[in-house]
Formats: sequence, structure tokens, C-alpha cells
Amino acid sequence: MKEINELNFPEDVRYSESHEWVKAAGETAKLGITDYAQDQLGDIVFVELPDVGESFEKGAEYGTVESVKAVSELYMPVSGEIVAVNDALEDSPEWVNNTPYSDGWMIEIKLDDPSEPDSLMDKDAYVSTLKG
Amino acid sequence: MRYFPHTPEDITEMLNTVGVKSLEDLFGTIPVDCRRTSDLNLPQALTEWELNHHIDELCGSMAVSPEYKVFMGAGSYEHYIPVSLNHLLSRSEFVTSYTPYQPEMSQGTLQAIFEYQTLTARLLGMEVANASQYDGASALAEAALMAVRISRRKKVAVSRLVHPHYRRVLKTYLAPTDNEIIELPYLPDGTTDLSSLDALDDLAAVVVQSPNFFGCIENLKVIGDKTRAEKTLFVVGFSEPLAYGLMKNPGSQGADIACGEGQSLGIPRSFGGPALGMFATRMPYVRNMPGRLVGQTKDVDGKRGFVLTLATREQHIRRERATSNICTNHSLCALASAMYMSSLGGSGIKTLARLNYDKSEYLKGALRKAGFSIPFKQSTFNEFVVRFKDGFEKTYERLTAEKIIAGLPLECYYPELPNHYLLCVTETISKQDMDELVQKIK
Amino acid sequence: MKEFPGTSGLILNEPLLWEKGKKGRCGFSLPRRDVESFPVDENLAGDGPDFPDLSEVDVVRHYTRLSQWNFSVDSGMYPLGSCTMKYNPKTNERQAAQPGFAAAHPMLHPDLSQGILKLMFDLERFLIEITGMDAATLQPAAGAHGELAGMLLFYTYHQSKGAPRSKIIVPDTAHGTNPASAALCGYKPVPIKSNEKGILAPEDVAAVMDEQTAGIMVTNPNTLGLFEENIKKIAEIVHAKGGLVYGDGANMNAVMGITDMGKIGIDVLHLNLHKTFSTPHGGGGPGAGPVCVLKHLEPFLPVPRVILKKGRYLLSENFPESIGTLHAFNGNVGVLVKAYSYIMSLGAENLKKASQLAVLNASYIKTQLKETFKLAYDRPCMHECVFSDELQQAHKVTTLDIVKRLMDYGFHPPTIYFPLVVPGAIMIEPTETESKEDIDLFVQSLKAIAKEAAENPQLLTEAPTKCHRRRLDETMAARKPCLTG
Repeated sequence: MKEINELNFPEDVRYSESHEWVKAAGETAKLGITDYAQDQLGDIVFVELPDVGESFEKGAEYGTVESVKAVSELYMPVSGEIVAVNDALEDSPEWVNNTPYSDGWMIEIKLDDPSEPDSLMDKDAYVSTLKG
Repeated sequence: MRYFPHTPEDITEMLNTVGVKSLEDLFGTIPVDCRRTSDLNLPQALTEWELNHHIDELCGSMAVSPEYKVFMGAGSYEHYIPVSLNHLLSRSEFVTSYTPYQPEMSQGTLQAIFEYQTLTARLLGMEVANASQYDGASALAEAALMAVRISRRKKVAVSRLVHPHYRRVLKTYLAPTDNEIIELPYLPDGTTDLSSLDALDDLAAVVVQSPNFFGCIENLKVIGDKTRAEKTLFVVGFSEPLAYGLMKNPGSQGADIACGEGQSLGIPRSFGGPALGMFATRMPYVRNMPGRLVGQTKDVDGKRGFVLTLATREQHIRRERATSNICTNHSLCALASAMYMSSLGGSGIKTLARLNYDKSEYLKGALRKAGFSIPFKQSTFNEFVVRFKDGFEKTYERLTAEKIIAGLPLECYYPELPNHYLLCVTETISKQDMDELVQKIK
Repeated sequence: MKEFPGTSGLILNEPLLWEKGKKGRCGFSLPRRDVESFPVDENLAGDGPDFPDLSEVDVVRHYTRLSQWNFSVDSGMYPLGSCTMKYNPKTNERQAAQPGFAAAHPMLHPDLSQGILKLMFDLERFLIEITGMDAATLQPAAGAHGELAGMLLFYTYHQSKGAPRSKIIVPDTAHGTNPASAALCGYKPVPIKSNEKGILAPEDVAAVMDEQTAGIMVTNPNTLGLFEENIKKIAEIVHAKGGLVYGDGANMNAVMGITDMGKIGIDVLHLNLHKTFSTPHGGGGPGAGPVCVLKHLEPFLPVPRVILKKGRYLLSENFPESIGTLHAFNGNVGVLVKAYSYIMSLGAENLKKASQLAVLNASYIKTQLKETFKLAYDRPCMHECVFSDELQQAHKVTTLDIVKRLMDYGFHPPTIYFPLVVPGAIMIEPTETESKEDIDLFVQSLKAIAKEAAENPQLLTEAPTKCHRRRLDETMAARKPCLTG
């Protein structure tokens, strides 16, 4: 596992305590897991994602991510309805490890409240929680 | 005791190292009120030779072939087992090893299971098979639970011609859940009546067995075609997989899950167990499958090797959310069946299956000629139902006294079928045995 | 110093089954055809499976070579914690293979199967005596199958009281099968932590036990190799709220002839015959998981049950409150014969001795290695002891590296990363059938590896080097599953 300063945390996304990132664009947002989360999990071998059209409250489990010997739940950092899922992860789960903020995105949602992402942490706040 | 290597000196020395005075003192953390107050009351220990004698005596009262001619299958079949299998299966490296969690030290078991999975998938015409389960009954129950998970529905339609013992295990497994079993009746020709199956909307699975409990081959394709476009899973069970050496396999007829008993493939009957739960499905469902799986990979030098894989489905990782609570597989039984399938080969299994079919057709014809009715017209593989005359129990008892078991009486499973018997003929029964049976029944 | 058993040996290459052979071969003596051929319905006939055609020699060499890539108890020490890899006596194999048992059809009239029914009846009595319980079923085919039977007993018992329950208490040291088995009966597992001594505290149980909770599942001795000293008090708490106590008897091999599980307050207990009673593990099975119960749960045991009536043994279905049936026939009878053979060979005195020597061997290893590896709980252990890689982390080597290196020394690794409560756990269970010399050699090898970890960690991270294969890519296996060839 890497040290915190070896990990990548972009400025243009918001972060949750459960290590998800959210990148909002108007009424929709893309989200995935952070570089810290993928590093903790190790080699990702499978990602289970919900169906388009399903709705989840903030804090609800929307899927799972698997390494060889562990399964971790994915939690909604904000509330919304699924409008797209990253089907490509089915064949290329390693993208979550390699490029967690771009090709490794997981779902796109229509935000119940477009301002909700603002309530999440920015980069500095998130990094300071990791350094604890 | 010959299994304990400790000399009294060893024990003293080891106790000194540990820092206690006696063997009893090692158990100091066990509260007094948790201890036994008396010695175990068990029979006196036997020497190896006394034990042999004792077991031989118990075996003496067992009715087995070749002394008895057993025309009984019904989920437990007598087939010839090559002595090479006994020899290979007694190799300590297979018998006394554990689950292959450390792949570098278990490549033998791992490759053998990978080969078993492959041969099983080919036999059943499916895309993927697991490393095996306890027996045909529990495999069928797990198939129903898997269908419930995949379809998110709660009703399972099960043919009355699925082995009655499998059905009651299924019932036991489903009892504490809110899932429901719907029984499908059977038609006069000995196949499942599908007329109530028009609406599949709320069915998780349709479960049939082929060859079914009456030995009849089900019209699988009809059911497969019906379920294909639906969310309902088509589960095909079996108790005599040798049939697929001759008959169409479940996968080619549209099965989503094929599972059943593999005992007939090189495993002794052993009073019903250990047996072999074979379980296969299609790749899209693999992550919902119960049981262990072996997969191919490479080692750091790039050489082909095998590991347990997709383990996140299993209890040791996913705990209460696992696809099953099963931890073991019946590895040694799976190995036996792989050795059996590879000894027979593609050519041999066809020949052997055909011989089973022909022999049982011979007996069927001979009984018909002798005036007994064969009530179900559908084709069979190596067992079939005969209707004898009223009061046949007396004849059955007389034959038993003459060391001939004339099949399984069906009335206790199907009260509507008095005097109906299920008879089985495999390659171990000679024409002479069959002629004698017919002769003595007349 | 004696030489370590590790060596590269003579290992031969061998392809997959279907990469050898030739169409037209057959390794099977096909029986003579003595009847004519009958027509087959063309709509039903298929093409037969695509199996490779091999000669008997092809098959024999194939499996002989594969077998040589395996480590086994008969090859050497196999100290897998919680798995009890004791010696599997050869006489057991002889007894189970006798044609009278091996060729027996399970559905014959009981009069034709008296020998095996008597053996099963007596084995039940033996298991009841050894555990201190009142009745038993031999039907479950494995430990987890026994747990399922146990949870069905809980479920049916509470149903019979007219008060079904929804939860069950499962300690964090439990095997994964415990929560998975409970979930099959609709029970939601309520986890509780073990205390600073590695055992359960009565007050933690009392805090979660209520009238919606069906009971508790306890492994005793637990998976840390420690006796649950508060078990009696815990059982009282659970019983006071109408709950039941399930004993996971996976570790019964430590306390035969020493504890009385009935007296302790256990209501249901499963046994692993492939652990405690020396039946072989067979590369993953078959085992057997009989379940013992106290009197008040006997009516719920699975059917059919072996009973003795007027001097004849029968299979009786006549238990209307039964949970049902878990196996197509009578369970793994071949395995039962082996366990029976073991008990008959040892007798009362030696069964107790087996437990004593198992605990002696584990305690000896614990004492010898506690300066070398971090001991998870420095308390008197039962049949196994749990260390971790904490002291070796400084050298950037892990538990995995340590045990992979052990392979090069000629030992099978202990159980690792379990129980989950000990990060980097190394769980060692020598069993009673290992000699002092072999244990000394095992201890020496682990000490040598600890030294290598400090001086030349690469020896560990690149291990093993002497097996048929080196470390395998499990990530690739899971990302791109190749499950058939």
C-alpha cells in the first residue's frame, strides 16, 4: 500500500467519508471510489453495479467491488437516480485501480438535489481525514 | 497406541518446556464445572486384526452383489469400476491432502478439479461446472435457491417425477424461507405434465429430472423453448448421468442449471454416500453459483497453473451474504468421476451407455412378453416401471429369499401406483440374470 | 541438526487430459454385449460428450503425476489451524472399502442391511457419549451441512413454541460457515467481539440477547485455540431469554474425554468426523458432520433415523416434528465407517490421550516460537496457537511470505489470515500425531525463516521455489475467469 502523499486526489471532485468521489455537472453527477480506496482494496477483479433507473438515498448501498479475497460495499455519497453505469468495468475492472477518477467511474446519477455535492469534503478536508 | 509417536520421555521433556507438571495441567483454563466427572464409556480398543474381524462380521449381513442380483437403481447405480481407479484414488497425495488453499502445494488436486469441471460441463452441455457438492439432492436444493436469487421470485415449480428423496431435501432447504414449491403432476406417458405452466410470470424456476424417477426421458426441449425468453430458470436434475452418453444433454435443450447425482460415474454406492453433487450452469450466472471453483492462471514464471477462484461468492469471504454455506466439495468423489470419465473416453461412454439402454430394453421386452405391463410409454434409459399382478409382494419376498431384488416398489412414493416397481439394468446384469428373473416371476 | 524435508524432488510435467490421448483409445474393459441392439428415439438421442480417448496407461500416469504435485499428511507435517490434519489411519480405509459396505444399495429393506445399520446405531451412541449429549443424527455430509441442520433445529424449535425469532449471535472469531448457515434459515447474524483475553464476555452476550434472538453459535475451544471459559454463564444468559446454544464442534479434538458439552449448556453440537475422528480430507472432501442434541431437541432431528426395535435395526420416518431430510440417502456412510473404525481402534483411554497430546504439541510450539513471532494471546492454548506477522512487518514481509517460504523447507503452511480478529494471523495446529522431532524441525524452520526475513527478505517474497509451480496470479484468475478447458 502507498503513502498518502503518493496518492492522487484531484481538486475538481468532492469526497465522502466512505471514500467515494462525486463530480457534479449541473443536475447530474458521476461518481466512483477514490485513489485511497482502490489502494486499500488492492487489485479489483469485479464491480457489481445497479440497473439504470434505480434510485438510492444518500448512504444506501448501490453495489459492490471485489478484490481476490474481499468484497466491499459501495455507498451513495448523495441521493439520486441512476442514469448510466460504467459497463466497461465488467471487462476491465483494473480501470478502477489504474484511473479511478476517469475510466474507472462507476455510475452517473441525476441528483435529487443538485446542491448536495457541495456538502461533501473538498480535497484538503478529505486528505486531512486520511492523515487523521 | 500406534498413531501416537510420543515416548514417555518426550512427554516429560515437552511438559517441562511448556512449564506444567502433567498432561491434565494443560487443561487448567477449563472451569471445573465444564469437565467430565467420569471416564468415557466406550468399547475396549481393538487391535487392527480384531477390528478386521469385527467389520467382516458386520459386512456378512449385508445383501450385495454378486451374491445378490439387485435390479434396483432409483438414484444409486451399480456400474463396473476399473481397478485402476481404486488404485489411483488410494494415493495418499489425493486422500490425505486438504482443500487446495495453498496452490503451489496443491497443483495435483487443482488440475484434477479443473479437469473434472471441464468433463462435467462437456457431459452436461453446460458452460461452467463447480468443483462439486454433497449429493444430487442438495445440489438440486441449491439450484432452486440460486434460481430464486437470480430471478428475485419466490415460486419454484417441481415435477413429481424428480426423485422423491431429492424433493424432500428441497422442501427441507426451503422450509425456513418464504419460497413456495409448486408440484407439477405427470402424464400417462411417464413425463411431466406442463399444462399448468402457461403463465411463468412469477416462477423462479421449472425443475424437472431427466431421466426422471420413472426412468423416462423428459421432453426437455419443450420446456427449454418455453423458458428461454423468460426470467424463469430451467433446472434439469438427474440421478443417472451415464444417460447423457446416449441421450441429448441438458445444455443442448436449454437448461440454465444442470445438477444432480454423479455416483454412477465410478463411485461405489456405499449405502448412499459419499456421493457426488454435480452442478453446472451458464457463464452469465457464474457469480450466483454455489460451491468452489478452480480456474486457470499463470505463475510468476509464466507457467500454466490452477487456483481456487471467484471465492468472493463463498462463505469464508461473504459470510451471511454468500451464495451458499457450503465449504467443502466432494473432491475425492469428483476425482473418481473424472478418472472414470477419462477411462471411458468419448468412444467408451457411448458404447457403455448404449449397452445399458439395450440391456434394459431387453428386460422390458421380456417382461412385456411374459404378460406384465410397461405402463409408461416414453423412452427410458436403464430403468423403467413395470406393473406386476396384484399381490406381487409375495413373489417379491420369495425372490428376495432367492437373492434377487426385483426392483423398488413405488407405492410408498406414489400411492396411486400399487404393484408398480422400478427396475434397473446396467452392464453388470447379464442376459442370463434377466432371463432368470423373468422365469422366476412368472 | 537434522536435515529439513524440503527438496525439489522428482517432479514430472503432465498436460491436461484432453491434450493427450488419441481418438479410438479406451481405458475401460468394456463389458461383453449379450443382447441385441434396440432402436433409440432419434429425437432424444444425442452425440455423446466430447471426452478425450485415453488408454489405461495414459490415465494411470496422468493421475500418478498429478498426485505428485500435492503435499499431504502422508508426505509430512500439515499444521493447518482449525483443519486438524491428523494422521488418517489406513485400517479405516480398509474397513470402509469392504464390499459389504461399499456395494450396499441404500434403499434395500433394512433386513438386508443390518450390519451397516448396527454400525450407524452404535456410532451415534459413541458420539453421544464422547460429547455428553443425548441423541444424534449422522446425516449431514459436512460441518457446514451440520450447521445447517443445527440452524433448522433452532428454527423448528422456535416455530414449535409459536414464537419464531429473527436474529442469532455469532462471535467475530467464528468460521464463515456459521453466519452463512444461519442466513439460510433467515436469521440475521448479530456479531459480538471477543474480549481482551480472546474469549467471549457474558456481559457482551447479555447486551444483545433478547427475545427476538434465536440463540448463539459458539465454537469451543474457539478459533484462537482458547477455551471459552465463560461458556456456562453465557449459556444461562441465552437460555434465560428462551434462546438455544449452538456448539460448533470443529475443535472437539482438543477436549475428548475432558469436557462434557451437555453439562456446559450446549443444546446442539456438530462434529467434523474428518477432523476429530481422523477420516481423510480427500483434497477438500468428503467429510461428515453429525449433529448431537440434548433430549428436548431430539424430536426435531432429521429423518430417517436408525432405531432398534425387537432386536432389528430399522430406518424410521416416524418423527412428525422432524426438520425434514438433508441428504438423498443416509449421509456419508463411507466416512462414518472410517470414524467408527477410529473410535474402535482407540477406545476411551486413547481418545482422551489424543486430545491431551494434541494440546501438548500445540502448547510446546507456542512456547518455542513466542520469542520469534508475535503471539496473539499469550494464554494457555488448547490444540492450536495463533501468531501474527507483526514483528516481521518491519522487514516488509507478510504472513503470506513467511508461509510460502515454509514450503521450501518441506512443511505445509499453517492456516493464515484467520481468525479475522488477528491481522496477519498464522494459526498452527500440529495435532497429536506429530512427533517431537518433527515439531522441533518445524520450529527450527520457522526460526530460520524469521532470521531470513531480517537478513534476506527476498528469500521469502520470492518463495516458494521448489514446488511444481511458483506463486500464481490469482488476480488474473478472477478478472478473466477460465473455468473449463
